[in-house]
Order: sequence, then structure tokens, then C-alpha cells
Amino acid sequence: MAQLDPDIDHLLRRAGFGAGPVEVDTFGRMSPSAAIAHLVDYEGRPDDVDARIGRPDHAQVVSKDLFSPDTDIEDARQRWLFRMIHSRRPLQEKMALFWHNHFATAYSKLNVDSGAMQAAKMMACRPGALRGPQGQLELFRQNALGSFRELVIKIAQDPAMLVWLDGKSNTAARPQENFGREVMELFTIGVGHYTESDVYAAARVFTGWNLERSEGYRKDDPQSYQAFRFSADDHDAGAKTFSFPIYGDGTRTIPERGGAAGMQDGIDLITALASHPETARRLARKFWSFFVSEVHQPDPEFVERTAALYLQANTEIRPVVRFILGSPWFRDPSVRFARYSWPPEFVARAIKEVGWQGFALDQVRTPLANMGMLLFEPPNVGGWPVGPGWFSTATMLARSNFGSQLVSQQKAPLAASIAPEAQTQNGLMAAMLNRITTAPLDSNPRQVLSSYLAAGGAWTGSEEQISTRASGLARLLVGSAEYQLI
Amino acid sequence: MRISRRLFIRDGVATVTLGLTAPAFLTAIAQAQTLSSRRLVVVYLGGGNDALNTLIPYQDPNYYSRRPTIAIPAGQVLQVGADAAGRVLGLHPRLGGLRNAFNEGRLALVQRAGYPNSSRSHFEATDIFGTANPNTSTGSGWLGRYLDTLPRPVDALAAWNTTGDTPRALVSGQVGVPAISNASTYRFASPNRGAAATQERAAAQAMAANPAPGRPHLAFVNSTSRSAIETIDRAAQALAYSPTVTYPNNGFGLALRTVAGAITVGIGSKVYWVQTGGYDTHADQGAGGGAYGGLMGTLGDGLWAFYSDIRNRGLANDTTVIVFSEFGRRISENGSGGTDHGAAGLMMVLGGSVRGGLYGTAASLRPGDPTLENNSGDVRYETDFRSVYARVLDHWLGVNSVPILNGDFRAGAPAVF
Repeated sequence: MAQLDPDIDHLLRRAGFGAGPVEVDTFGRMSPSAAIAHLVDYEGRPDDVDARIGRPDHAQVVSKDLFSPDTDIEDARQRWLFRMIHSRRPLQEKMALFWHNHFATAYSKLNVDSGAMQAAKMMACRPGALRGPQGQLELFRQNALGSFRELVIKIAQDPAMLVWLDGKSNTAARPQENFGREVMELFTIGVGHYTESDVYAAARVFTGWNLERSEGYRKDDPQSYQAFRFSADDHDAGAKTFSFPIYGDGTRTIPERGGAAGMQDGIDLITALASHPETARRLARKFWSFFVSEVHQPDPEFVERTAALYLQANTEIRPVVRFILGSPWFRDPSVRFARYSWPPEFVARAIKEVGWQGFALDQVRTPLANMGMLLFEPPNVGGWPVGPGWFSTATMLARSNFGSQLVSQQKAPLAASIAPEAQTQNGLMAAMLNRITTAPLDSNPRQVLSSYLAAGGAWTGSEEQISTRASGLARLLVGSAEYQLI
Repeated sequence: MRISRRLFIRDGVATVTLGLTAPAFLTAIAQAQTLSSRRLVVVYLGGGNDALNTLIPYQDPNYYSRRPTIAIPAGQVLQVGADAAGRVLGLHPRLGGLRNAFNEGRLALVQRAGYPNSSRSHFEATDIFGTANPNTSTGSGWLGRYLDTLPRPVDALAAWNTTGDTPRALVSGQVGVPAISNASTYRFASPNRGAAATQERAAAQAMAANPAPGRPHLAFVNSTSRSAIETIDRAAQALAYSPTVTYPNNGFGLALRTVAGAITVGIGSKVYWVQTGGYDTHADQGAGGGAYGGLMGTLGDGLWAFYSDIRNRGLANDTTVIVFSEFGRRISENGSGGTDHGAAGLMMVLGGSVRGGLYGTAASLRPGDPTLENNSGDVRYETDFRSVYARVLDHWLGVNSVPILNGDFRAGAPAVF
């Protein structure tokens, strides 16, 4: 919202999902540094967002039966969007989205493997809601700003990941390279920093990191589950040598060890990968694009300082994100609106700014798919093509048409709330631009918008005129290129 | 016979004319007429297609010993004869339509296509097939650079991408490629009706025309918006198409149906991009049936419907389809009944003007054979994928491949045209 301090507005777009009326109240009188602390130290904020699902003054969820976000993927999608819009801990949801893209796992493969109910459970079950491990999304939320090393270990033992990258069938007799390759290429050091023989060795490291089913497992039983189990019999006990150091003394070989001790192989490899300087730099560059700018190349000094801090903090993410949000690179006015919004960021921000009265979040599913980001369904393990990759004619139309859909549905409350300021055409324009925050509008698009307001004839301020022109103006703003940047 | 000087001169001039001037003249005609109606449909199989189960060396004993649970039984393959090395091959049993095309001489199978030091990363390898440069996975794509050679102004539908995001191959310095897959959403919606709705569409188009000086990222998003609004009405014509055959009711079939529609109504796009995924078969690949059988059914049935449809329209001779994937897969199956990332793969070229047949030679899967690499784990490439691109550019699209591919890759190119 443009009525906020521009630094705080920028902060809320990047470290949250934008600012609606609730954020204006919360952050309106805060200094930027207080706002950063408020967002980063989110444990001090109530974790009550799920409990607010169903309240009439919030966005609505709709389900064909009982709303079951722990076992139904469509309901889980609605719950996550609800959290993005209404959480008092927006950075936690933002980081969950970041990690979902980083460790991109697709529901559809889990569905083929284990059926719809178990697949949804593996993706999104809230801890303690049902028997069995929490879903992958909850892992991301719990470890949103925690130790990266621990997050990778948990991901390597995460049932969804064990199905997604086939770790569940990785055994000494027939090693399976899928997870071993991607943990290096995509999750940590990146391509160019490992060899093909490292891939073989990594596959052997994770042999025996499999799944086991709960007693009496039935895939349509919500209390049934699959959980990580280290199977010592299926683990390759032999030594594994890598092209990069595994231990602090520079040793490149994981020693031979049998039995239950063999599980340490995977911990040692992940520890080495998580604390590898290339991982530190890769995360720093990814954070640059996510938080600072996709328009400017990462400043080498930013990368080096962020990477150094990450290593010094034993792979803890919280101090890293705190540093970034308070850094001069983040505060530089030239990086405002220098990031292409991800579809859920765009959708959540539009709902926060336009309004959510009676708005049912199941309506967002198809538009998000058409924009190219159906939650829990990345195109592949590399995640989504972020940045300019979000934009094609089809995805831009999907964004623009979502603006129309949202505004159509909010037409009456939008007109009613803006009517006092819409007694003149200029009043309407100013009020709407104050509410719907675009990247700065050049004079020609601004002129186009004025002409659109004037095209209905002389301004009378009638109810019908306000309803038509306010909705049309909001639609044009939300559907504009300027609005897609955050 | 006495030859008059006059006749000599006349014949001499005629000879010279035929030898030099006329072909140049004919080339110009060809550029202006024949080539202008030619189009290329590029099909990308996402995830790394297991080429050894697409085109099967069904008499190679190592094929069966190294793939105990996923080999296609010899009795099920659709035989396509022997290649230049005398290796006997057959197509996957679900590729019946493509075997018909092969028997008609309109399907070329280019074996062991790849490049040295093949990347086993999906993303890097896909980008390499896109840039056509094994050393660069960023920057413009080979089809994008082709589009850059088209005379200005370039039509907004010079190329048509049926997927939501723009693949590396279509990334161009100057030409934006619209993404049009879904008829029901490729339109401009409005919260109002009548005059206000019309004014909104016009206003959105005018806003998107802002060149956004000093903000190239904003200009880029504006350009997608502008291109979308400019192509809505023409795309709607193609999307309303009634085909002559029934397409399979899946994303791939429907995308090909859209392409056939665009071709038939005369949209004039030179390049179409279609892709289908699920080829990253690390597990439970199956033999004749199973997950891989499903992939082959989707591919073969879709391509055969498309080829039959445009042939019924009399447009097959002006249409070429090339099929590729980012890499082949390991020779030996893994412990999950699947295959991990490998090296050389299979490219296919299909169309009414294609010279069909088996190109290149199959690998011998015996450990230690020089047709293998990576400790005999993977198939070594034989045909540089860029030579296939070169052939398509020089002989089909009628442009000089050398500047587009940043090098001369004509040597050893399979003579598919």
C-alpha cells in the first residue's frame, strides 16, 4: 500500500506478501529496523493463522466435503494461500515458498506412488494433526530460518522427497542416483563442482535411506503413514571417496562402516555439502535474486559477505536474512520493484490490496496453474523458471485475467469503500493508486488510465459510474506490467 | 555436323544460364514461395528419454542382461530393419503410428545424437540443446536466432509456443514468442460489459505499448502483455479448429491439435514448440507397458494423429517435426526398475518431405565397446545434435546455419532432407 513508508512497503513486498489494511495498522508507525525485527523474529508473533480459517472477515476456503488440508491437496493449497494472505508471520510463509522452490517436490508423482490421501499428507500434513511425520511444507515452515544443514538432513529423510527422488528404493545391491545427484546439483553446491564419480559415491552414501510403512498401512486410511527408516542391511558399508573434502581436515573419503553406524555417511556428506563455500555462494546469489533484485547482477561484495556470514553462522539462515534485509543493497531505492513476482505472491498481494470479502480461495487454483505456478506441483526438481521466466503471453493473460476475476468479485465492496474519495475522477485515481501499489507509472500509462476514466462521459460520481470505473481501473492496475514487479 | 558460331553462342549462354543464373533465380523463387510456407514443429521430451527403449537393439544380448526387468521382449518390438552397422532395431510396441510413418519413408531416426562430454544435468543439458552450444547454457536459443533472421517487421505469431513458459531454444534477441496453449484462457476478461469492457482492453493494450525507458525489465513484461493482446483474435481462429482425426485427450495431443489448427487456418507461424514430460524415469519404468509404455503411447499416438491430420489437409509436405530430449539414459537399469541420467539419445524427424530411415549406428552394449563411454555405463554420441539443426536450418528453413549455430556443423549431418 502506497500509504506506507516506501522502505517498509518494499520490505513487506519482499519479506512478506505485500501490505493490506492489517499490515498498514501493524507497520504504519514502525521504523524500518523495528519492522525487520518484527518480521525476522517471528516467534514473537502468534502462530494462529490456521485457527482463523473460516472466520467471515477473512478470505474463504471452499471444499466439496469437510475442509481437510492435511489429506486433500486442493484444501492444502487453499490453506497455504490463506496463510500467505493472513499470517502474522509473513516471512515464515515467504521462506516456506522459497524452500518449496529450492527443494521442488511434485505432488503428482507422490499421488501415482501412494494415492491421493497419502500424497497430500506427505506434502502438507500439519505436525500432530494425524499419526505419522509432518508434511514437507511443514518442514519448510518449521525450519524456515533455521540451520540449512539440518534442513537438508531432514529433507533427505522426508517421505515426500524419498518418493519424489526415489530414495525409498536406493539399496546397496542397486544404487539409485536420483537423490545423490540432485542433492549436489540443485540443493547445495551446484553443477560444475562435482564429478560423475561423485554422483555414484553419493548414491552409495544414501543406500538404505528408505521408507517403511506403518503397521496395517492402508493408503486410504488417514492414520496410516510412511516414515523414514535407515535399513542397515541395504546400506553399502564400503568407503566412498569424493572429489571435494568431506571432513574439516580435508579428508575426501567417508570411511568404511557397517550396521547402524552407516547412517552417519549421509550426515557427513550433507554436512560437507551444506558447509561447502560453493553452497554458501550459491545461496547468497539465490537470496540476492529473491530478496534484493533480479534486474541487477549480484554484487560480488554482497555475495562474499553473505556467504561468509552463512558459514560463520554454521549455516543458520536467520542471521543471513536479517543481514540482507538491513543491508544497504536491500535499502537502495533502485532495487524497489526490481523483482518479478511469483504467481502466489502476485495473487496474495492483489487479494490483500483489492479485498477478500467473501472471496473463495478455491477460485485461485486454475488461475495459478495458468500463471505457471500451481503450488505443490513444480514442473521438475529444478523448481520453477523464476524471474523473466514467469512471463509469456499466456501467463501474462492469466495474471491480467485474475485481476479481472478478483475485481469482478469485489466490485461492490470496492466501490463502496472508495466512493467517498471518488466524487471526482482525480479523487478516484489518487485513492486507487494509494491502494493498489504498482511500480512507478510513466506519464503515458497514467494518461491512458485517465482517459479510461473519462471515457464513460462527464464525471457525475453516480453509484453506477463509480462501480464501473473503479472496477475497471482496479482491473487495469492489477493486470498491468507495473503491478507484476515487486 | 557443322556448328554455327551463332548456335554455339546460344547454347553456351544457355549452359551458363542454367549453371549459374537460373539456380540463383530459382533459389529466390523458392525463398519467396516454397520456403515461405514451410514450418517446423519442435517436440521436446522433458526429463531425458530412455532412447534404448524407444529404438531397441533387440538382438543385443547385453540389452537384455543389463536390463533384466525393463527390456522390451524381442517378440514385441516393431521391427524397422538394420542400420548401417548391421545392428537390427525395432521401435517400442506403443509406437505403431510412428512405425507406419517409418514404413512410408517419412520418419528418420537419428541414433546416438549428442555432443562430447554430455551433461547429465537436466537443466544444463536442456539449455545446451537450446543454445546449441555445449559450453553455454545461457543466452539466446538456436530457434530464437533463426527468428532474428526473419525480415522486419516480424509477425507477432512468427513462432508459437504451446507451453506456458518460454524454452531456452526460443529465446531471441529481438522476437518475442507468444505462449498459447489453452483456448478458454487466451482472452481478455473484464469486470464490466459493453463499451467499458472494450475500453479496458484498448487501455490495457495502450498501457503495454509504453516502452518504459530506463526500465528494460518493465519493458519486457509490457512486451508480453502487448503481444498477448495483439494475438488473441488470431489465436482464437486456430483454437476453434475442427480436426480430421481424433487426437488423444491429453496435453500433448491437444497441443498438437492446436498446432494443426494454426497451420490449417493459415496463421503462418514458422516454428511451433510442443513439449511433453515425464521422461525422467528413475523408477518403475516397466517393460512393454508400465509408465514408459504410457509415455510412448502418448508420444506415438499424438504424433500419428497430427501427421495424419495435416496429411489429410494436404499440408504434410510443408511440415517437419523434430523430436529430441536432453539426454539418453544409463544402459543398465537401477534398483528401482528405472534408469538414471545417461548420455547420447535419439532424435526423430517426421514429415511429408523427410527422407526416412535409420541414420547413424546403434551402440553395442557389450562392456568395453568403443560405442560406449563412462566405464561403459552410457551410450557414446556419434552424431552431433547441431548437425541435425544445421540440416533443418539449411535445407528446410532455407537459412544459413553457420551464423545461427556459430559454426559449421554440416559435416556428417544426417541427410534427412
